Amino acid sequence: MAPAKKRNVCSKTTSANAAKKAKIDPSLQVKQIIDSRKNANDVFDVLECLQSEKEKEVISAINACCNLFVALLERKDLFIGKLIDEEAMLTGEHNAQDKYSMFMRHRYNDCVETLLEHLVHKSYGVKECSLVALMRLASAEGQNPLEDLDWSEHVSFPRTLILGVVGRLLSKAEDNTMLISRFTEYLEMVDVRFYVMSSVRENVGSVMVKSKGEVMPVYQNNVFTLVSSIIMPSQESELTNFMVKQKDKHSEWKAAKLNEHKRSFERMWLGFLKNKLPSNMYKKILVILHDSILPNMSNPTLMIDFLTAAYDVGGAISLLALNGLFILIHHHNLDYPDFYKKLYNLLEPSVFHVKYRARFFHLANLFLSSTHLPVYLVAAFAKRLARLALTAPPESLLMVLPFIYNLIRRHPSCRVLIHRPTTADESCEDPYLMDEEDPILSHALESSLWEIKTLQSHYHPDVTRVALKINKPLSVPEEDIDELLEITNFELMERDLKATKNVPLEFEPAKKLLQGGGGILGQHFCLE
Amino acid sequence: MVKPQKKRSLVDKVRKSKTSAEIKNNPFEVKINRKKFEVLGRKSKHDVGLPGVSRSKAINKRKDTLLKEHQNKHKSNKFIDRRFGEYDTNMDPEDKILERFSMERQKQHDKKDMFNLNEEEELTHYGQSLAEMEKFNDLMDSDSEPDEKGLLSAELTRSHFGGGGGLLRKKTGDDKGGAPRAKSRQELIEELIQKSKLQKRERQVQKEETFELTEKLDKDWKSIQALLANKPSKAQRDELQPEKPKAQLDEYDMMVRELGFEMKAAPSEKLKTPEELAREERERLQRLEADRLRRMLGDAVESAPKAPAHLSADDLNDGFILDKDDQKALSYKDGKWLSGEGEDKGDEGDDEGEDEEGEGEEEEEEEEDDGEGVAMGDDDEDGDEDDDEEADSHSDLDSEQESGEEAEIMEKEEEEEEEEEAAPGVILTEEELKAQQEAAKSELPYTFTAPENQGEFVALLKGHSPEHQCVILARTQKCNHPSLAVGNKLKLQKLFGFLLEYMGDLASSSPPELNTIDKLIPQLYDMGQMFPDAASKALRSVLADASHGMEEDLEGSGGSPFPTLDMLVYLKVVALLFPTSDYRHPVTTPALLFICQILSKCPVTSLQDVTSGLVLCCLALEYVSLSKRLLPELLNFLCGILHLAVSDKTSTGYSVVPPFRHAGKHSHLLLLSEPQSSATWINHTLPLALTQHLELTDNLHRDHHRMTCLFTCLDLVKHCCWLYKDSASFTALFQPIHTLLSKHLLLQTHPEVLQELIIEILAAIDCSPRHHNPLVFEKQKPIPLRMFTPKIVEVLDYGKRRGNTKEQKESERTKHKYKKEFKGALREIRKDNRFMAREKLQETMSRDSERKRKVKELYGSLGTQEGEWKALRRRKK
Repeated sequence: MAPAKKRNVCSKTTSANAAKKAKIDPSLQVKQIIDSRKNANDVFDVLECLQSEKEKEVISAINACCNLFVALLERKDLFIGKLIDEEAMLTGEHNAQDKYSMFMRHRYNDCVETLLEHLVHKSYGVKECSLVALMRLASAEGQNPLEDLDWSEHVSFPRTLILGVVGRLLSKAEDNTMLISRFTEYLEMVDVRFYVMSSVRENVGSVMVKSKGEVMPVYQNNVFTLVSSIIMPSQESELTNFMVKQKDKHSEWKAAKLNEHKRSFERMWLGFLKNKLPSNMYKKILVILHDSILPNMSNPTLMIDFLTAAYDVGGAISLLALNGLFILIHHHNLDYPDFYKKLYNLLEPSVFHVKYRARFFHLANLFLSSTHLPVYLVAAFAKRLARLALTAPPESLLMVLPFIYNLIRRHPSCRVLIHRPTTADESCEDPYLMDEEDPILSHALESSLWEIKTLQSHYHPDVTRVALKINKPLSVPEEDIDELLEITNFELMERDLKATKNVPLEFEPAKKLLQGGGGILGQHFCLE
Repeated sequence: MVKPQKKRSLVDKVRKSKTSAEIKNNPFEVKINRKKFEVLGRKSKHDVGLPGVSRSKAINKRKDTLLKEHQNKHKSNKFIDRRFGEYDTNMDPEDKILERFSMERQKQHDKKDMFNLNEEEELTHYGQSLAEMEKFNDLMDSDSEPDEKGLLSAELTRSHFGGGGGLLRKKTGDDKGGAPRAKSRQELIEELIQKSKLQKRERQVQKEETFELTEKLDKDWKSIQALLANKPSKAQRDELQPEKPKAQLDEYDMMVRELGFEMKAAPSEKLKTPEELAREERERLQRLEADRLRRMLGDAVESAPKAPAHLSADDLNDGFILDKDDQKALSYKDGKWLSGEGEDKGDEGDDEGEDEEGEGEEEEEEEEDDGEGVAMGDDDEDGDEDDDEEADSHSDLDSEQESGEEAEIMEKEEEEEEEEEAAPGVILTEEELKAQQEAAKSELPYTFTAPENQGEFVALLKGHSPEHQCVILARTQKCNHPSLAVGNKLKLQKLFGFLLEYMGDLASSSPPELNTIDKLIPQLYDMGQMFPDAASKALRSVLADASHGMEEDLEGSGGSPFPTLDMLVYLKVVALLFPTSDYRHPVTTPALLFICQILSKCPVTSLQDVTSGLVLCCLALEYVSLSKRLLPELLNFLCGILHLAVSDKTSTGYSVVPPFRHAGKHSHLLLLSEPQSSATWINHTLPLALTQHLELTDNLHRDHHRMTCLFTCLDLVKHCCWLYKDSASFTALFQPIHTLLSKHLLLQTHPEVLQELIIEILAAIDCSPRHHNPLVFEKQKPIPLRMFTPKIVEVLDYGKRRGNTKEQKESERTKHKYKKEFKGALREIRKDNRFMAREKLQETMSRDSERKRKVKELYGSLGTQEGEWKALRRRKK
């Protein structure tokens, strides 16, 4: 039993017997190794196969290794306790059994190392296979701990293995979305999830310290994919699916407590979010923030820094941050100074064109639903929305006009915006200041909504119809905005195309392509 | 105490004897119920009462009932009237008497008469014994004569003079004959029988005579009737043609009606002078324009559309056969026109002309000669049919000629046709058509089968010049006119779709054959006029597909490319075929929506996109040029395009709207690369083809193109300024453009034309009115104050309570009825009691008086006894 020698022999023969070895079936060899200790040295051949160029061979070797070490772990043939390195092992005085188990433990470590390397393999098949194998090994190791537990208070769990797996999954160079989605099925297990969360936190911390706060899109994307796929349980009773069963210390185990989970989840997210993020990552996080992150945190108010920062970014990110802020204000008693002022300044021409329009106006409707808001503020909002409506597409107009009407309905003193009989004969310039950031100073209450008057001649008949409502006193019940939020241009078009009654025709006979309509097209363009 | 009773009964008698009118007029009888106030329309039954009459009535009734009961009280035996039917109210009194009589007789007969031979039944006549009659004949005679007079009618007297009509008559006659006793009873009866037989026979004869006389009278009448009216009467016809009276009748009716409806020789419409034609045309256009305005305002979107039929005057290309149709419709009105046309035609035409002449004659004759009119009417119909056949055969001729005759002949024929078509038309198109014909002198077939699919259609048109393609299309339409065969309409509707698709193909081919499209536009327009539904359907499906494709693009990648040239052509075609100014139109509204969607969703990434966008802007402006509707997307886009030419992107003061970005990859598209290139720039119109293939090799050309685009853009902005200058928030609308033009777009290096344009725009924006009246609601009808005059509600059913359910009403009615009845019953009982008390008092009083009388009598008798006794004693003494 001279492992070093054997290995040397092996390495020499590798090149010569390459063809021969390729034909050796790793699973057969594994069987032999398990059957008898005499064949222990064949483990080198199997490990050799792991390094092979061919994908098929590698996969079969992975499976074989996995089987082998799972079997060995179950037989407790691997050395338990603090492992001494191989040179020391050779020199030290150990009985044959110990030597064998130590030898096998070393090979096990080699194998795990190789499998972790394979997680960044170029072929997805290999990656997936190694991941599955590693998780099997982790499970087996959890059942038959390799550490001596008598002296420690810790529960047995293959933490290092998980840390390694997570570290490789969160690659800095490669988009691992596929592999991570494969990994999510292991995250259903409570303990795995728990340790993955802490591993992610460690990993993110170390990586970000190294990068010194620079943005790393690929890495952060991987982290986000992994982190967002963690589904938190809502009740303690749901914590039933464990990979490793703890017999005696179960009640004390952190992984079995929901609070600990939440704390870990929270730390993981905060650790991830405290770094600088690319802007599309901001959007992704903010979209899921309110329903999958905030409720699962033990102390959601800790998110305030992130949300405030996001709110100050401007544009679509600010719109999205509103949702999270709203939850904090509403449920967690957060006091946010100048909230409405900021909301007012969020109103830009682009709000009608962005993807998150419906969400924004849904929230804005919520924020402005209070009847205790000061009149100047509501008037400023109404006037600003009306001014912006001059650049809005019809589907937005169909939503924003009823929105403005609802504001006026809720605050009857705002009615002067559409009905000012006292100075009806005195024409004046619009006193509203569009560029003023403070709604108090915008003089909105002294203005009138001439914009809606203008929109009464909008090209789309539905918009015209809605805009015409300001000519008469508004009806008392509020209109339901939520139905109007999701209207798309396409729907409008379909609606118009459906009407199939009689079709009036142009009476002016057409003779040329470029005639008619004032000849504007013909003025600027010609046929040839 | 008997007296008052007697008196009353006397009064009653008097009253009864008096007529009711007398009583009513007697002021002492009448009690007037004075009303508090008059209610209009209500008739009161109880304004006048007759208390005396009603009281005596009530008393009588009580006497009959209550008093009887009272008198019979405590009396065990009763008088029961057992006479037959005494208590049967259903029977008539007469019936009762009759029945009673017969029963009496029966009783007599049954009981004793079996052995009572002596007592014979007495024969009676009119209730008098016959034996008696025989005895006192003379007496009877004088009595009966006036009675019998009524029985004898004048006729009977005349025809049966001397004979006895009835039994009595006979008797009197016999009596007058004077041998009354000679005849025995037996003889008498025999005679009687004979007479009656004779009478019967006579009556029969008389009946026959009457019948004959009637017949004769009828016959006479018929002969006179013929003189009265010179029309053959129905009866006469019946007599003349008894074989098939029914059929003749129908035919006759038909003819009469035909003649009635037949147009008499009416004056033909005079030919219109050119001025009149022009005026009519102007009126028509004014009407159409008014209609368009109405639709633009959108107040009556649902009303009837412009009927394409109105356009017949312009409908030159509607095809030969359609004109035939018109001709048929006109044939009654316009004989002159018809005959003229008939002469123009060949041999068949001559025949037709003759027919028509005949027709003219018929029209005159028809008034006089009815019988002939029937046959002529048939002829007339036949003639019409001939007409149709000729039309058909004529078109057949077309196709036959195709096979082998010389081209020149056909040419002539066609010219004739064209002239016919052009007859009501406009000269311009006629010339056009002639020009087309000249162009078509090269061999073109004259009939075409309508293509079934796009491939066939393309094969049909491929390789021909645009003019030829027009001719081919025109001929295809003519050959497949809807009036020729059932399926043709569908075929032509399909043809529209094919033509539209073909245009799209032409536009998307490279280089795009826009001139061909231009030539085909009139054809497309005409077909659109013919089949508005098919046209709108085809264009709507094009729009739906395009917008659907764009929706998918947007959902997928977030950006969609600008539409290709064929879509631009389609959008332009929409504006040509349909009115763009309508408040809501099934085709133009979605089309405009689609244009705006493109302008607000498609990112501008190249100069080609800029060009496409500007074409769309032009289209959008054309769409709203009449209605002046607001297009926010257009202004956004123009502002964005101008932003592309701004060099310093860091500036603020205005904001661009997506798809443009403040700064980014494509935000310098319109910046000149070399300032000196502006010196060589000449403004020119851009070819539409540039939206497809824009290949600019060097910087100079690129800069020139940029400047042209900028010029176009600025010009469009100027148009917009002009279009929206009346808008209430004009300043707010143009604020971004104003800021951009005045502060950021520095065009010192650009040509003067552009700079002048900018100054013009800025001036237009600046001089716009900035002052507006504050908004107020529309004046509403003031809500009237509350008045104190009574609210007048129209009541349709008087006296009935309203507003309740049926059950409630029913129960209320029952309650009311009960109350009334209860009160009435109470009153009756009181009256009864009063009556009874009075009767009882009377009874006691009469009893008392009786007793007093008796006592008096007794006293009297006792007194006399006493006196007698005293006298006796005195005498004794």
